[in-house]
Amino acid sequence: MKIIAFAEQRDNKFKKPAFEVVKAARTVADQTGGEVIAVVVGSGVRSIAPELGGYGAHKVIVVEDAHLALYSSTAYATIVAAIAKKEGADAVMVPATAMGKDLAPRVAVKLDAGLVSDCIALKVEQGDILASRPVYAGKALTEVRVKSPVKVFSLRPNVFTVGAGSGETAPVELIDVPLTEQDFRSIVKEVKQSSAKLDVAEADIIVTGGRGLKGPENFAMIEELAAVLGGAVGASRAVVDAGWRKHDEQVGQTGKTVSPSLYIAIGVSGAIQHLAGMSSSKYIVAINRDKDAPIFQVASYGIVGDAFEIVPALTAELKKLLGKQ
Amino acid sequence: MKFAVCINHVPDTATKVAIGSDGKSIEKTGVNYVISPYDEYAIEACLRFKEKQTGEVVAISCGGDVHKESLRKALAMGVDKAVLLKDDATRDSFGVARALADYLRDLSPDVIMFGKQSVDYDDSAVGIMVAEMLGLPSAAVVVKLELNGGTATADREIEGGHEVVEVQLPGVFTIQKGAYEPRYPSLKGIMAAKNKPIEERQPAPMEAKVETMTMVKPPAKQAGKIVGTDVGAVPELVRLLHEEAKVI
Repeated sequence: MKIIAFAEQRDNKFKKPAFEVVKAARTVADQTGGEVIAVVVGSGVRSIAPELGGYGAHKVIVVEDAHLALYSSTAYATIVAAIAKKEGADAVMVPATAMGKDLAPRVAVKLDAGLVSDCIALKVEQGDILASRPVYAGKALTEVRVKSPVKVFSLRPNVFTVGAGSGETAPVELIDVPLTEQDFRSIVKEVKQSSAKLDVAEADIIVTGGRGLKGPENFAMIEELAAVLGGAVGASRAVVDAGWRKHDEQVGQTGKTVSPSLYIAIGVSGAIQHLAGMSSSKYIVAINRDKDAPIFQVASYGIVGDAFEIVPALTAELKKLLGKQ
Repeated sequence: MKFAVCINHVPDTATKVAIGSDGKSIEKTGVNYVISPYDEYAIEACLRFKEKQTGEVVAISCGGDVHKESLRKALAMGVDKAVLLKDDATRDSFGVARALADYLRDLSPDVIMFGKQSVDYDDSAVGIMVAEMLGLPSAAVVVKLELNGGTATADREIEGGHEVVEVQLPGVFTIQKGAYEPRYPSLKGIMAAKNKPIEERQPAPMEAKVETMTMVKPPAKQAGKIVGTDVGAVPELVRLLHEEAKVI
């Protein structure tokens, strides 16, 4: 299979999901006898492109223009679809990030292709891709096959493992894709990054607080624990609905579905819609006063007790271990 | 201004999912169906714009007769008109988008809204597919929208921040939880909705591009160990995380 791997960049830097997509595409290409063409779109991104060779790209196609510095749903889709057609690609893979989830449906329509969103595994059977994806926020898993000649997949970040790059470089081809004003009817005017704030969807460690914390002021200890671990702060739906925390921190069926290496749930009872969003985490720690709380049924390790005593002690113990006095 | 809002009829998020006898879908018996929660934010956003600057809101759903329940609720919340694109067959996102786009092409609204994802198949695809099929610009995962004449400014959520997107109208927006906490239908609204007609259309049939081969429950998590019942358990927990799980 000839596979186009969309390597997302922001501020001319690749984020981990870009490498994950290139590597996953390479794994499929190797099993089907094929080629991985990574695509990088932006302004001044040519210099970062060769690095993708270290993750398995055979070639990198770069499209550069000052107007492409910030993401545009329509323009980026025109470019990716044009490259896929020109190369005669069998499949297009993008990361299931904010950008990739916006891009993939447009690319699929342009290529008259079936789309499988948020895949967590790709398997090759009889030369075809069988994709696994959760539905109902993870309450069920499906295996899906795309019947159209061209196939589009978005891959959930943090699931397809990727180590450090091999350092190999891939040849870079700079091409022009003609764009018109029609392609820029939606443009990003401004990106407002909350400085240094790690998003739960990207974090490898998440510390989530629930209603058991009794009030928004008590999230200070959650933030401190997350900071010591270099993780993100998560929130249950109850505390978001109560206005204690912002929705972008919410984990669960009407928030974000996450699968970090370590998920620490503090004062979270474990409502079914919360469990759906986090039970695929590799290790789960639950701290809750109620020994019958459903969260303990999915927890790898639990402490039944008072979070207000346990969390500060845990933070202190971790500081000792991690040398962060 | 003319607004269209596309809604889906899905299992309540409190549903415990069981796999149906076909092994490819969920068991529907005993499941409570509701408007997909994000679609409710989209309805609310449309209603607020309509109330501010006059206009018409049309709610559209593609599916079987049961979808009328959700359309009826949209009417009770205050939309002016409801349309069912009636198809009992299961459609993939591409097929739903095609049915909606065909209808919306004739309706030609200024603003088309969706929830950012339907909480059944979680594809986050239909809204943007419709935009592409209609050749319209879009913004996805929008927490706040402003309409200023021929353009819209959308505040859209991205990893660890926001993007401010300017979109020329007509345009498509998929709405995230944020500024549009949905209203409860008033009793008057509920009563009025009972007598409002729901228009039915037959969308062109469409073969699925994506086929679900199997559906299973995720492997059950083994409940792990309770390390202790007070602060004394903390050192052991840290040891386990460090030495056994090796995650810190």
